[in-house]
Amino acid sequence: MSDPLGKAPIVAPGHTAGSVTDKISSIVFERTPRWWWAAFGASFLLVMMLLHSLTKLLFTGVGIWGINIPVGWGFAIINLVWWIGIGHAGTLISAILLLLRQEWRTSINRFAEAMTLFAVACAGIFPLIHVGRPWLAYWLLPYPNTMELWPQFRSPLIWDVFAISTYATVSALFWYVGLIPDLATLRDRSVQRWKKMLFGAFAMGWRGSAVHWHNYEVAYLMLAALATPLVVSVHSVISFDFAVGQLPGWHATIFPPYFVAGAIFAGFAMVLTLSIPLRRLFRLEDFITLRHIQNMAKVMLATGLIVAYGYMTEIFMAFYSGNQFEEFMILNRIAGPYRLYWWALILTNVLAPQAIWLRKVRTSPALIFLVAMFVNVGMWLERYVIVVTSLSRDFLPSSWGTYSGTYWDWSLFIGTIGLFLALIFLFIRFLPMISIFEMRTILPGAKGNPE
Amino acid sequence: MTTTPKRPEPLTLERVRARLRDHRGPAFWRGLEELAGTPEFEEMLTREFPAQASVWPDGVSRRGFLGLMGASLAFGGLTACTRQPLERIVPYVDQPESIVPGKPLRFATAMTLGGYATGLLAESHMGRPTKVEGNPEHPASLGATDLFAQASVLSMYDPDRSQTVTHLGRISTWPAFLADTRKALTALDALGGARIRLLSGTVTSPSLAATIRRLLERYPRARWHQHEPAGRGGAVDGAAAAFGEAVECRYDLSRAEVVLSLDSDLLTSGPGSLRYARDFMSRRRVRPGSGSMSRLYAAETTPTATGSLADHRLPLSGGQLMLLATALAAELGAADAAPANRLGERQAAWVRTVAEDLRLHPGSSLVVAGDCAPQDLHVLAHAMNDRLGNAGSTVMYSDPVPADAGDQGGTFAELVEAMAAGEVDVLISLGSNPVYDAPADADIMAALYKVSRRIHLGPYVDETAEFSQWHVPEAHYLETWGDGRAFDGTLTLQQPLIEPLYGGKSALELVAALIDDEERSGLDLLRAEWQARTPEGEEFEGFWRRSLHDGFVPGSELPARRPRLDQDAVDRAAAELSAGESGGLELVFRPDPTVWDGRFANNGWLQECPKPLTKLTWENAALISPALAQQQGLETGDVVELVAGGRNLEAPVWVLPGQPDGSVTLHLGYGRATAGRVGSGLGVNANLLRPATAWRIGGLELRPTGARQILASTQLHHNVMPDNPEGEEAERRHLVRVGTIEEFKREPDFAQHVAHGPDPELSMFPGHDYPGYAWGLAVDLGACTGCNACVVACQAENNIPVVGKEQVAVGREMHWIRIDRYYHGDLDEPAVHHQPVMCMHCEQAPCEVVCPVGATVHSDEGLNDMVYNRCVGTRYCSNNCPYKVRRFNFLKYADTETPVLKLLRNPDVTVRTRGVMEKCTYCVQRINQARIEANVGDRKIRDGEIQTACQQVCPTRAIAFGDLNDADSEVSRWKQQPTNYALLDELGTRPRTSYLAKITNPNSELGGPPDDREPGGHHG
Repeated sequence: MSDPLGKAPIVAPGHTAGSVTDKISSIVFERTPRWWWAAFGASFLLVMMLLHSLTKLLFTGVGIWGINIPVGWGFAIINLVWWIGIGHAGTLISAILLLLRQEWRTSINRFAEAMTLFAVACAGIFPLIHVGRPWLAYWLLPYPNTMELWPQFRSPLIWDVFAISTYATVSALFWYVGLIPDLATLRDRSVQRWKKMLFGAFAMGWRGSAVHWHNYEVAYLMLAALATPLVVSVHSVISFDFAVGQLPGWHATIFPPYFVAGAIFAGFAMVLTLSIPLRRLFRLEDFITLRHIQNMAKVMLATGLIVAYGYMTEIFMAFYSGNQFEEFMILNRIAGPYRLYWWALILTNVLAPQAIWLRKVRTSPALIFLVAMFVNVGMWLERYVIVVTSLSRDFLPSSWGTYSGTYWDWSLFIGTIGLFLALIFLFIRFLPMISIFEMRTILPGAKGNPE
Repeated sequence: MTTTPKRPEPLTLERVRARLRDHRGPAFWRGLEELAGTPEFEEMLTREFPAQASVWPDGVSRRGFLGLMGASLAFGGLTACTRQPLERIVPYVDQPESIVPGKPLRFATAMTLGGYATGLLAESHMGRPTKVEGNPEHPASLGATDLFAQASVLSMYDPDRSQTVTHLGRISTWPAFLADTRKALTALDALGGARIRLLSGTVTSPSLAATIRRLLERYPRARWHQHEPAGRGGAVDGAAAAFGEAVECRYDLSRAEVVLSLDSDLLTSGPGSLRYARDFMSRRRVRPGSGSMSRLYAAETTPTATGSLADHRLPLSGGQLMLLATALAAELGAADAAPANRLGERQAAWVRTVAEDLRLHPGSSLVVAGDCAPQDLHVLAHAMNDRLGNAGSTVMYSDPVPADAGDQGGTFAELVEAMAAGEVDVLISLGSNPVYDAPADADIMAALYKVSRRIHLGPYVDETAEFSQWHVPEAHYLETWGDGRAFDGTLTLQQPLIEPLYGGKSALELVAALIDDEERSGLDLLRAEWQARTPEGEEFEGFWRRSLHDGFVPGSELPARRPRLDQDAVDRAAAELSAGESGGLELVFRPDPTVWDGRFANNGWLQECPKPLTKLTWENAALISPALAQQQGLETGDVVELVAGGRNLEAPVWVLPGQPDGSVTLHLGYGRATAGRVGSGLGVNANLLRPATAWRIGGLELRPTGARQILASTQLHHNVMPDNPEGEEAERRHLVRVGTIEEFKREPDFAQHVAHGPDPELSMFPGHDYPGYAWGLAVDLGACTGCNACVVACQAENNIPVVGKEQVAVGREMHWIRIDRYYHGDLDEPAVHHQPVMCMHCEQAPCEVVCPVGATVHSDEGLNDMVYNRCVGTRYCSNNCPYKVRRFNFLKYADTETPVLKLLRNPDVTVRTRGVMEKCTYCVQRINQARIEANVGDRKIRDGEIQTACQQVCPTRAIAFGDLNDADSEVSRWKQQPTNYALLDELGTRPRTSYLAKITNPNSELGGPPDDREPGGHHG
């Protein structure tokens, strides 16, 4: 495929190390733009809604949600999987693309890592609150106690605890370690004393000496190596929640790879969703170029195709297996009471991304943004279909039921979106959203750079 | 009555303390003022609680109102800052005999419903009755009970029960009531008590009847009216018409080879139904080698549980049913009636075949007309039984069981007429609630207005209590002495287990107190009455003790006799019936399967119990057939206006497969205005359309209103509709396996071959080892009547909370055992199968592996134990349970605040809190109890020593439980049956609960139901 953008520079021409540093750090030091207040204010209101809903939930119980018997899991688990999936892009961009020496990742990795961290934070709320007695959720942790009680290690929920906490820890470390040189830059550029103190404290005494750089490079690579298996493992483990269950629609060996692909798919969609407006608002088109947008769109298309393949395999296996419960499950998805969700899923996750094949779409940030929004919705629908449709009609028709989210289901979900956005806005306001020092290394003529 | 305002007396703590000193026992009080018994508190109470407010406005001035409000505020403050009185807990000085803390005691007692008594054994924990079981020796129970008896303990503790005598809505006292009423009665002495009327339900109690008779002797012109809204008027009148004298008939289904039920639900409702169900099923259990099986035909106007058990069920409107009965009687030569030319071809064939089958079994066939069937149908049933030689064999006749008032008796209609004519001064209602349940054509309010003194004895401040000057709380059967007769007349004793919680009186005590100068306790009254019943040559004390212990007098059933059939009356009835067909739509009334005539409206267990066929909870609905729904463009939940007999009523409809096209059924018992916090305002009141005592009204019109209503059902209701996956899937999955007796004889293990899957023993996981016991359970699907007794028994035994209509509507009911209902075949005449489902206690339980905290674990006896304390509530176990038997406390469902409900709980079972999963435990508390006893005796637990609550209550013994390691245990023997199969065994869960396939005995002449049943034998 000959694509002129494929060879386009990753940084617009005319930039020097100084202009890059100026541009990125100025976002932090400039006066807060008006739109930021409006956007942050709106997100903050949603955070308040989240807190209100959480309070209501803790005082009243999970009965405020729409869950029931047979549909014992609802929005909480859907949202958990959705957020965790979104969080996958960060690790992928930072670690795998780093190891694969994909330099174009540089202008988006900081941002994607932050997004990962915030998505994992949103996801992390749900396992805690979705249990009936949240004040006892710590029983899922293996801690020594006088009763000599341990978690039941055969349960995928225990694996989740480890997977998510490991992932959150490594992501946070990775992000923070990557920030250190830039924090030092900000420290040096700060005028006010308190800012110097604050950035200085977090910069951990970084002076940019060769020893520092050497240690940094080693640590960063090691963290990348550590994080790489996590890209595959976290969502595989999450998928075990379903795959280990014996429910038709859950009990499938395809789940781990298909979930991982779905996660990357969702993650890139979210990076696109955030970066397209932000590059415009902060005039960062020079750093997040159309080539970046296009590369991400291509990754989204590729993983989207894997996901579509997963759907096909599910359908094929249901009939090929001759298992009547599986057959019924597929027919029920397609034509049952939740068929609208399934068809909407096919539209958003399978059909919409195909538009990326068209160059016209690929070169238009607005259209790609639209496709990414479709995918964001689609991935949520996918989890809804998996969780709700499978549970609502399982083995005994006498116990079939229906499910729909209540106000509290929605308010918690939208509340976490608010939390996510609020954290993102804080991040872009107070920290360099693009890695300054890494950008300097990929400038034409920088050391070790062939161009 | 005048209410002269009195100056409030100062409320002093001395008075409060003095009252407390004098008070002993479990008296609950709400504040110091109540204890002090101040008139101003009572005044305040009356004003504050609208339910007890007097109906007569007496013009409280603004000033007075402010004064009252001020007083109540001051009192509120007083309660808050007073120290609670000191209470000392001391051990018994003299240990009461046989009370061992932690060990329950059981006492024989009896509950009456519609007058008829069922013998019970009530379980008492430290003086608190917590559970009742059937009295295994009592002929009406044989160890089983219905759901009403199971739920009766909740009614006893009901905090909404009336708690004081009230006069004009204000708190009064029993002595004040007695003085006032005695005065009023003696004032009528000169008239011979002509203006005194007594209203009660059907009375079978010999002691109460004798006491009322004493009252009637004292006031020779007084009259006693018996009114039972869900009574057996048709049966009583029919027998009287057929034989020219009052007779009671009872059946012996253990001798019946062929049974024809005409609009009867004899296996699940009405007196004797527990016994009938047991006897019937004794002829339906087929095992290899025992080839014979009885056959049941049912023609009915509304689908019943009995109809669902029939081998051939014919839905007919009331008019068609009468024609069919006449044709059948003519075919059998029992009545001189026109031939069946007005019947359809199919019905005519049905008549011929059934008549032939009946004729082939002289003396061992049985025709039963239902309690709700009209008089003439009963006459024909008697004639057919007579003709078939069944009298004395499968049908026994005796003197009537209910007490007869003689010429001082009267009907409810006569009472209303007399009241309306102003002929009544004193009306004493003994437990009746005519303001609610009077038929629509009686203008009961206008009639009651003309009665100057209305006295009401009842368990609740109900509609009638609100409209009576005097209300006396009625004691519950577990609180008071009494007696009654069973369906066969067996004398049964009702023994209290606890002092009246709220100071109630029984009807016996009340009536006696009105005529005797000296008030006597219920026990004294009863003993006095029973003196006369001592058998010849026996000393009273011994007789009394023995009867008390047994709960009844063995051999005291009414002797069978042979009344002579009046053939003229039969022919008249046949002529009447064959002229009766009206055509058009009719409205059929039935007692509700869970709240009966409304008396159980405030019982949450019964309200939440899914009704047998609709699985509807918390309300009633107009049941219509699918064809009628289609024709009228109606769907379940649409609200229609029912117009009949010039009256109308709005009710939601429920499309019920198997409902006859010409009939709409509405159950009684709903639309209560003041039933209590639980029962008020649910459903619609069918009495508002019901003509006097009739169970059916013609000329019904349905007018859609366009409104819709959410009905809370526990199971999707349309699992029979075409192109609806539920019914089809239930078929394809072979959940309920049914075969005919022919198929069974050809291939006894047909049920094990309908589904093919991998060998369930194949597993990657190592199996479990059970060196001791291995508990297991089996359910005989053929014997299940779907009567719901097990559902309520389980609720009572296991402290299962009630969640309310809204929670049921979103799918959160908590029952540990549910009865799955599956339809099969045609929409209009489906076969119905009931399948009780409780925890399967799988060997390879899917729930156990997924619990992250190990809150559900496998015991070394094969139980799947639930550890409530450890449960954090991930609900993963429920998601992974293929049988969906787990129940989750989504909210705090258990009422741990209401003090009196704490007494109700089974102390052996944990009350679960919010956020915890729960499920059937196989009644592990009973297993442990038996284990302790066995260990003390250094022996193994014997087979049959442990009965689960569902097993114990089951009228048909459809459940077996025991040790699977013991090859001779009942459950092992059941599981060795060729009909034994496991639900969803292709999943490899290896459930401990298994099912015996249902065997039916269709008549090949009728070609089976419209569609083939679940095929037996190999396929696929």
